[in-house]
Amino acid sequence: MSTELDVASHKIIRDERVKERNRVQRLLIRPEMGAAIGAVAIFIFFLIVAPPFRSPEALATVLYASSTIGIMACAVALLMIGGEFDLSAGVAVTTSSLAASLLAYNLHLNLWAGAGLALIVALAVGFLNGYLVMKTKIPSFLITLGTLLMLTGINLAATKLISGQVATPSVNDMQGWDSAQKVFSSSFPIFGVEVRITVFWWLLFTAIATWVLFKTRIGNWIFAVGGDEESARAVGVPVTAVKVGLFMCVGFAAWFAGMHLLFAFNTVQSGQGVGNEFIYIIAAVIGGCLLTGGYGTAIGAAIGAFIFGMVQQGIVYAGWNPDWFKFFMGVMLLFAVIANNAFRNYAAKR
Amino acid sequence: MTATVDQDVEEAPSGGKVPLVELKSVGKSYGNITALKDISLRVHAGEVTGILGDNGAGKSTLIKIIAGYHPQTDGELLVDGEPMKFTSPKDSLSKGIATVYQNLAVVPLMPVWRNFFLGQEIRKKSFPWSLDANAMRATTLSELSKMGIDLPDVDVPIGSLSGGQRQCVAIARAVFFGARVLILDEPTAALGVKQSGVVLKYITAAKEAGFGVVFITHNPHHAHMVGDHFVILKRGQQKLDCTYDDITLEHLTQEMAGGDELEALSHELRAAKG
Repeated sequence: MSTELDVASHKIIRDERVKERNRVQRLLIRPEMGAAIGAVAIFIFFLIVAPPFRSPEALATVLYASSTIGIMACAVALLMIGGEFDLSAGVAVTTSSLAASLLAYNLHLNLWAGAGLALIVALAVGFLNGYLVMKTKIPSFLITLGTLLMLTGINLAATKLISGQVATPSVNDMQGWDSAQKVFSSSFPIFGVEVRITVFWWLLFTAIATWVLFKTRIGNWIFAVGGDEESARAVGVPVTAVKVGLFMCVGFAAWFAGMHLLFAFNTVQSGQGVGNEFIYIIAAVIGGCLLTGGYGTAIGAAIGAFIFGMVQQGIVYAGWNPDWFKFFMGVMLLFAVIANNAFRNYAAKR
Repeated sequence: MTATVDQDVEEAPSGGKVPLVELKSVGKSYGNITALKDISLRVHAGEVTGILGDNGAGKSTLIKIIAGYHPQTDGELLVDGEPMKFTSPKDSLSKGIATVYQNLAVVPLMPVWRNFFLGQEIRKKSFPWSLDANAMRATTLSELSKMGIDLPDVDVPIGSLSGGQRQCVAIARAVFFGARVLILDEPTAALGVKQSGVVLKYITAAKEAGFGVVFITHNPHHAHMVGDHFVILKRGQQKLDCTYDDITLEHLTQEMAGGDELEALSHELRAAKG
């Protein structure tokens, strides 16, 4: 009985070490805060130094460049929050578009059928990555480095074997081209400016990913498997299914980006895509994803992709040598990571 | 017989003659190594069974048998009087036996309420079945305040709580999700005096609420404060099995530390000082 009383009296005592955060701190502690401030700063910077950057058309171009990165960065961010990497994400985009084009062309299929087969290929690659990582317990960095090399080789060798060239044949006179192009690579006039459809897909995917992460149990599980896999397993989270699902989600995004590539350019170079995986990872990291998993947002990845798009196009609009792009991105990455860390620490200390 | 057993399951944790969990001369060997031999103990509703033992005494092996990580190789494990052989932690969980491990199975970066409901989230009844975050926040808050932990904000990452609070969250979670038997693996091992007090108070509260508690520790003081029944393990064997009334703290400490060995050590230390 006395214990009951003690417990009851304890109720009134507030733990002085766990204080309620005020609104500003709540905002600052959001993972994407550093990136958001950085994005605004870069935007203002290019508005000042590059006069052509100020036109609405330039903004549409920047958004288009951001969207092609952002669609992938969104899925890659989910995977990173789930605690894994996918280095094969860059070439998987090329693999998807090559598969769709070559299968449809050589089997005389409707392009939509080719796209469907390519989707199966992309999801299979994602599944293979996830299955191997979970089955062997080898870090995903190594497993997907392996698939990165394998896919790079297959892309080049299979394309040459099938079409005798390093690029796919033209498919823009085949059945299904017009409708598929509308879905994957058309543009809409908004206030008189042509905006590419990928921008809307990008925003839609980011919105869906955000909703899944914070409002569904699967999102809860993604944070859990990335934050502490063993704990997640101990409380009954289906860890393997979640992680394999995340790899397949990257596969889906790679397929989508690959379809855009195919229907925007008609022919696909078999050697492209290598190195893009780092762009996606960097976009996610700039947006506040932790490399160790369990922390980050899809909106952050979108902001990271937007920063990429801005810098890429901004350098051109400013009339500088585009060779500076990579240097600039390196600076951005370092700055973003340090700023994100500082924000997190600052907000946690207060 | 079966009827009474069924009734027990229904009415638990009300307490009864049949122990919630009973071990009858349970043993476990890994190949040619015997980790546990001839262990017998009972866990009744509304009682705390303290299992004491030094490092390597076989405490972890014992927990793993009750928690279902691996089955015993000898003897019987009875739940509500029925012999069982658990093959996975799920089996034991479905019988209402919840184990709170030292690492607590929490995800440090996630908010308290998300940790509380991890794996058993509450969802809204209609499409698109999104998480009912407010219900989970409110439930977490009320469940925690029931045990005397008043967090102003259940949105803080659980990693920012103190060790004792984290322990209590883990215990509260097990209780909330229908445990009848709580196995606490060294809940006070990494805690300071005050934080240990919080956990011990909660163990007593759980006991009074009718739960069967298995309290594993190497601290005889903590065990004696809350225990009704003590079992000492040494080198895989049961050295002592007695109730609170049969033993004093000094005796318990002595038994635990190996009796004569401790006396010898005490003499040695005094002599060194003198």
